[in-house]
Amino acid sequence: MTKKFWRQGEPFVWATGLALSLILFLTLLLFYVVLDNGLAVFWPKKVALATLSDGRHLLGEIVQEETIPHTEKKRLQFKIGNRDLYGLDFKWVDSSEITSLSYPENIYVLERLEFGNFYGYLSELEVKGIAPPASGSNSLRLTIDALDSRKKEVNLLGKKIANLNRRVELIDRRLATGRYNKEENTPALAALKGEKQGLKTEFEALVSILSQKAAALSTNQAIFTDANGRTKAIALANIVRNYQPNTMSFLAKCGYYLERLRELFFDDPRESNTEGGLFPAIFGTIMLIFLMSILSFPLGVLAGIYLREYAKDDWLVKMVRIAVNNLAGIPSIVYGIFGLGFFVYGIGGSIDRFFFPERFPTPTFGTGGILWASLTLGLLTVPVVIVATEEALGSIPPGIREGSQALAATKLQTLTRILLPMASPGILTGFILAMARAAGEVAPLMITGVVKLAPSLPLDGLFPYLHLDRKFMHLGFHIYDIGFQSPNVEAAKPMVYVTTLLLILIVLAMTSTAIYLRNKMRQRHSVVDV
Amino acid sequence: MQTTDTAIIQIDNPQVEIENLNLYYGTSQALDNLTFGIAGQQVTALIGPSGCGKSTLLRCINRMNDLVDGLRIEGAIKINGENINDPNLDVIELRRKVGMVFQKWNPFPKSIYENIVYGLRIAGIHDKNVLDESAEKCLKRAALWDEVKDRLHQSAMGLSGGQMQRLCIARAIAVSPEIILMDEPCSALDPRSTSRIEDLIRELRGEYTIIIVTHNMQQAARISDYTAYMYLGELIEYGPTQTVFTMPEKKETEDYITGRFG
Repeated sequence: MTKKFWRQGEPFVWATGLALSLILFLTLLLFYVVLDNGLAVFWPKKVALATLSDGRHLLGEIVQEETIPHTEKKRLQFKIGNRDLYGLDFKWVDSSEITSLSYPENIYVLERLEFGNFYGYLSELEVKGIAPPASGSNSLRLTIDALDSRKKEVNLLGKKIANLNRRVELIDRRLATGRYNKEENTPALAALKGEKQGLKTEFEALVSILSQKAAALSTNQAIFTDANGRTKAIALANIVRNYQPNTMSFLAKCGYYLERLRELFFDDPRESNTEGGLFPAIFGTIMLIFLMSILSFPLGVLAGIYLREYAKDDWLVKMVRIAVNNLAGIPSIVYGIFGLGFFVYGIGGSIDRFFFPERFPTPTFGTGGILWASLTLGLLTVPVVIVATEEALGSIPPGIREGSQALAATKLQTLTRILLPMASPGILTGFILAMARAAGEVAPLMITGVVKLAPSLPLDGLFPYLHLDRKFMHLGFHIYDIGFQSPNVEAAKPMVYVTTLLLILIVLAMTSTAIYLRNKMRQRHSVVDV
Repeated sequence: MQTTDTAIIQIDNPQVEIENLNLYYGTSQALDNLTFGIAGQQVTALIGPSGCGKSTLLRCINRMNDLVDGLRIEGAIKINGENINDPNLDVIELRRKVGMVFQKWNPFPKSIYENIVYGLRIAGIHDKNVLDESAEKCLKRAALWDEVKDRLHQSAMGLSGGQMQRLCIARAIAVSPEIILMDEPCSALDPRSTSRIEDLIRELRGEYTIIIVTHNMQQAARISDYTAYMYLGELIEYGPTQTVFTMPEKKETEDYITGRFG
C-alpha cells in the first residue's frame, strides 16, 4: 500500500502543489494588505466626539483599536488633526476613559494647505469685499465658492511670476556665456542686460500686486472652535477642501472619493509629500521606465543577436554568456554607484567641461538626472534582455534557418524576416521582466537623480521641452521617503499604501500591455509541429 | 575508386559535374574522392545506408555546408561548367539556381501565400501581380492549389504534413531554380502523401534537374532515371536506375538493394 503510494509519485505532486500555494498565499496576502489599506484612504470617515471621564472632549476619526499589551484593556487611536493647536495629529485614548461617543452632525473637516486637517465646529465667517454669506448649513461652501475667482487670480499671478523667473534665469545663462567668451561689451549682450532689467521691474510690480491681493484674500477667514471650545481663525484661501462627514450621503462620499483620486493623479504633493497628489512621481516613474526601455531594449536585442547568430561559439563567447548571466545577480546599489561614478561624474562631468564651462561650478549634466538614472537602470536590465533574446533565437528550429537560406536569403534577410518575428514573443517576455525589475528598483536611483520634491518635470512646454538633465520624482522612492523619512510618519501612512498600490498598478498596466502584445505576436508567429 | 570503373557510367553533357570531391569533418573524411556527372532534367537518386555521405553530398551542391563549423572541402563541383566551390562565387546566386527540400518540412510561420512568395520577395520582387501569379502557378505545379486556394492568407501551420511538404516544394519552385535537391522528402510522411509527392516529382522531371536522397528502394526505383549507390563516403555504383536495380555490377549494391545489407 505505502509502496504503491510512493511509486505513484503522490508525495511529489503534493509537494509541488504546496510550494505553489505557499507562494500564492504570500503574494495574495501582500496584495490584500495593500488593497485593504490603500483603497479606503480617500473614503471620508465619520468624525467621533468622545467625552472623557475628566470632562474634556475629543474630536477625531477613530483610526484603530487595540488591546493594551499585558492587560485586558482596550485603547483607541484618534486622528485629532489640528496640528497648529495640539502639535500632534494622533492621540491614543484608553477605552475606560471614554464615557460617551457620539457623531454630531455639524462637525467640519477641513483640509488645509498647512498644518494638516482641522476638525471642529464653524462659529462665524468674516468676509470682506464680497457680499456677506447667508447664514445656513452651506454658508462656508458658498463663501469659498464666491472667493474662487480671486483665488484663481492669485494663483495665476504666482504662475506669471514663476515664468518671469525662468526667463530671467535663461537670460542669466546667456549673459554668463557671454561673459565667459569675453564678449562683455557687444550690443547683443547689452540688449540682453536691458531685457533683464525690464523683466526685473515687471517682476517687482507683479510681486507687489500679488502680495496685496494675497493679503486681501487672507483677511477672509472663518472662526472655528475645537471640541473644547478653543477658537481658531482660518483663512478661507488656506482651505483646500471642507466636508461634513457625519451628514454626507453615500453619493456625496463617492464624489469626494473621485475628487481625491483626481487630485492623486493630477496634482502636486503638499505638506512634504504626505498630502496632495502624486502627479510628478507618476510622471517621473513612467518616463524613467520609458527612457530606460528606449536605451536598453535595442542595445540588449542587438547584443543578444550577435551572441547567438554571429559570434563563433567558442570559449570566449561562453565566458561572455556566463558573465552576462551573472550581471543580473549584482546588487542594484552597485549599479547605482557605477552610474554615479561613470555616467554622472564621468560622462556628465565631461559634458559640463566641454559644453557648459560658463556655468561652472554649477553642474548641468554633472549631477544626478533622469538621463543618468535611466542609463543606470538600462545597464541593470540589459542582461535580462540579452539572455531572453539569445534564448528566443536559440529555440527556433534549425530547419527554419536552413529553409530560408536555401531559398537564397542572406543571413540578414533570414534574421529580419523570419528569425526576429519568430523570436519576438520571447524577446518581449524578457522585456516584460526587465521592465518589471526596473519599475521596482529604488536604490540605484537614489544616487543618480531621484529627489523627494522636484520643482519641475523633465518634460514641459519650455524649450527644449525634454530636460534630460533634470532631477525627477519616483513612486518607489516616494514610498521610502514618506514612509521612513517623513517628519510625521503616522500621518503619512495612508499615503504610503496609496503610493504602493499605484506603483503596483502602473507596473501591472505596463506589463499587461506588453503581455497582450506578446500574445498577439505569438499567435502570428507561432510554430506548431516544426 | 577509379573513374574508369565499369560500375560508374559517364553521362553525356552532365549539368552537374562532381570532380575528385573530398570532404572532411575535422579529421574524419565523409566523402572520398567522388567523381561523377548528373544529367540535366532527369531524376537522380542517391541511395546507401545511413552515414554513407549522401546527404552531405547533396548539401554540397547548394553550399548548405557553409553553415557547418570545421568542415573542409576539396575538389570541384561544376554546375553548367562553373565551379561552385570557388570562394568568389556568389552563394546567393547559386542558391537561386539550386533549390532544396528538406527531410522535415519547414514552412515559415507565415501565411501560405507569404511562404510561396518569400523567395521572390527577398529577391526584390514586390509587384503584387507577379507575386500573385507566381503563387498560383507554383501551388498548381505542386498540386496544392485546389486544397488551399480558399485559405491562401491563413497560416501555413494549419496544413497537414504532406501539404506542408508540397508547400515547401512549391516554395522552392517559385524562385525558378534549375536544380532541386530533395533530402528524403517523404521519410516522415504517410504512404498516401508519399505517393502524391512521388507523382509530383515525376511531373517536375523534364523541367527541373532533381537530385533526391532516399532510403526507400522502391521509391528510388519508381521515380528516378539514374541511381547512385554510396557506401562510407565512396561511390560504389552509378547508372541508369533500371540497370542498377535489375542487374547491378557490384555485389555490395545487390546486397543493399535486395535488403541483405543496410
